[in-house]
Amino acid sequence: MNWKNYLRQFLRDLRSQKLRAALTLFGLVWGTTAVTLLLAFGEGLQGRMIKNIRGLGENIVICWPSRTSKPWEGLPRNRKITVKDEDITALRREVPGMTAISGEYSAGNKKFKVGHKVIVPGLTGANPMFAAMRNLIPEQGGRYVDDLDMDERRRVVFLGDGLAHDLFGDAEAVGQYVNVNGMPFLVVGVMQAKEQDSSYQGRDKDRASIPATTFRAMYGQQEYGNFVFQVADAGEVGAAKDKVIATLAKLHRFDPTDAEAVRMWDVTENEKFMHTFMLGFRIFLGVMGVLTLVVGGIGVSNIMNVVVEERTKEIGVKMALGARQRMIVTQFVFETLLLTVIGGAVGFAISWAICAVFPAKFDEFVGTPAISLQVGALTAGLLGLIGFLAGYFPARSAARLNPVEALRL
Amino acid sequence: MFGNGTNGKNGKDKPNGAADGAIIALAGVRKVYDTGAVKVEALRKVDLAIKRNEFVAIVGPSGSGKSTLMNIIGCLDTATEGSYCLRGEEVAGMSIDRLADIRNRRIGFVFQNFNLLPQLTAYENVEMPLLFKGAPARERRERVETLLGEVGLADRMQHRPVELSGGQMQRVAIARALACEPDIILADEPTGNLDSAAGGDIIGKFEELWAKGHTLVLITHDAAIARRTRRVVRVQDGAVVSDEAVA
Ligand SMILES: Nc1ncnc2c1ncn2[C@@H]1O[C@H](COP(=O)(O)OP(=O)(O)O)[C@@H](O)[C@H]1O
Ligand SMILES: [Mg+2]
Repeated sequence: MNWKNYLRQFLRDLRSQKLRAALTLFGLVWGTTAVTLLLAFGEGLQGRMIKNIRGLGENIVICWPSRTSKPWEGLPRNRKITVKDEDITALRREVPGMTAISGEYSAGNKKFKVGHKVIVPGLTGANPMFAAMRNLIPEQGGRYVDDLDMDERRRVVFLGDGLAHDLFGDAEAVGQYVNVNGMPFLVVGVMQAKEQDSSYQGRDKDRASIPATTFRAMYGQQEYGNFVFQVADAGEVGAAKDKVIATLAKLHRFDPTDAEAVRMWDVTENEKFMHTFMLGFRIFLGVMGVLTLVVGGIGVSNIMNVVVEERTKEIGVKMALGARQRMIVTQFVFETLLLTVIGGAVGFAISWAICAVFPAKFDEFVGTPAISLQVGALTAGLLGLIGFLAGYFPARSAARLNPVEALRL
Repeated sequence: MFGNGTNGKNGKDKPNGAADGAIIALAGVRKVYDTGAVKVEALRKVDLAIKRNEFVAIVGPSGSGKSTLMNIIGCLDTATEGSYCLRGEEVAGMSIDRLADIRNRRIGFVFQNFNLLPQLTAYENVEMPLLFKGAPARERRERVETLLGEVGLADRMQHRPVELSGGQMQRVAIARALACEPDIILADEPTGNLDSAAGGDIIGKFEELWAKGHTLVLITHDAAIARRTRRVVRVQDGAVVSDEAVA
């Protein structure tokens, strides 16, 4: 018999097996949909988390000079450590592998005024490298603080997108002036909207930046509240941190093993954690998915067992009419394979459709689900295997019966 | 499966002279059903030879072993012991594929309960053996249409078994048995589920086939039907007790 005849038999058999076929199909559709969606959402969520974590900056360490917790060379503990511009210059010179560094002044008491609107946002005074480290990317037509601003202590300001909107509404902010504590500042750039799920003094979208030199000149502050540095590769961050501490320890005479003197937030640790977490999460989803499919497969195989049992008489008739064992087994395998293929295809289509109509507004929270090719291939392979086994074994045992025995049932 | 060493391959597969030229030759056939606790000896040492184009009725009380005998002749079952030669060839030791091919091409089997597949139409039921044989589509169509025409069901080809009367179902079954042009037609109480008119009609059909040269063996309870055959074999308690030509 050729495949056309098997197909014909399959279509004929469907007539008498409508309910069973429907149930089997439902199981397969359900299994495939569950697995592909599960993994698609896992994929989307991971993408989202990576994006969010990058919002703060990549391969950066944020450092807060603090107080010593250990006595050192005759000096008492609890001494305040201050970092000024010359320290930043020294660090830039001393620490190999450091690609960028900026001190950061912070203020939360400066009144921003446009027309009658008054807002008191977080204000940063930093150098131009700060923007690249912290992913403060200007929108088209704008820029961050630059070297000339620094040299001339210009009164220019870069606004977070949220802050710009609060001050100027939908109007163009670049080129306008903001009064900061009574002094006019020219808006030179507005930040591109970005995802940010962690911060140390409020979201960047609600903050403003001015040149560090301007901040120092206007508000008379020498000591940086914190500083941020970046390394090219996450692998270098450990050595760089040690060197930063060692350099500052020498300059300010504190114990280099004193963990309190300069506190550090190494964002690569978040990423490391997140990668481990996501790996675990994906393994979990994968195992769940495979289990779902296996359970589905057992269901299908059970149904097929019942089907074959119910159809033993039919098998007997076919054997009496001269069907060879192989034809009978092939027929059942063909039927289950066809059912699994159809079920799998429908399941995929459903998952695909759900992903396609998935509202973009949820992207911010759970990412955009994506059906990956590997998951597709794996699911299809597993379904095929299940379909084959589910049809093969019951049919083979039935086809091994004597025709008379099969007919008697 | 065949415990009797005197039969089979060593050339002694025609122990009684009557088997010469026989298309069906059973010698010392035993059949024991092993149902765990009890062993039922359904056939004990049956010798039977049937020549080409004979018309044989097998009669006997219920439970005497008629169906068992018929199933062995039809290669639907195997004997526990003894020899069965079909067209001079020992059946024991044939591969299951070979047995399937024999059932497909050499033997047409008609059952008391028709054994039509309910989900298939009359046409599709008759076509089945041709599919197993691997006949090309055109040959299948011509053959099925001819056969259903010959049994008077040309206008019922697309009907399902439930839409047919008992007599019509049995005629479909006969058409199906004839699909691959077997020389032997076996029928186990083919009229058992039919009224006498439909039964007579079926026997008439068998007479036609006999006239065309087929070899027919049928089991019946009905003495009137047995009289319409040419030879009556009586089975009792698993043994042949009489074997007479019909006068
Ligand atoms: N599958 C079976 N298992 C056990 N005993 C059986 C089986 N089939 C038939 N028998 C027994 O074998 C004997 C002959 O049965 P059967 O050939 O069907 O008789 P008949 O067709 O003449 O009525 C009976 O005693 C019956 O109960
Ligand atoms: Mg019987």
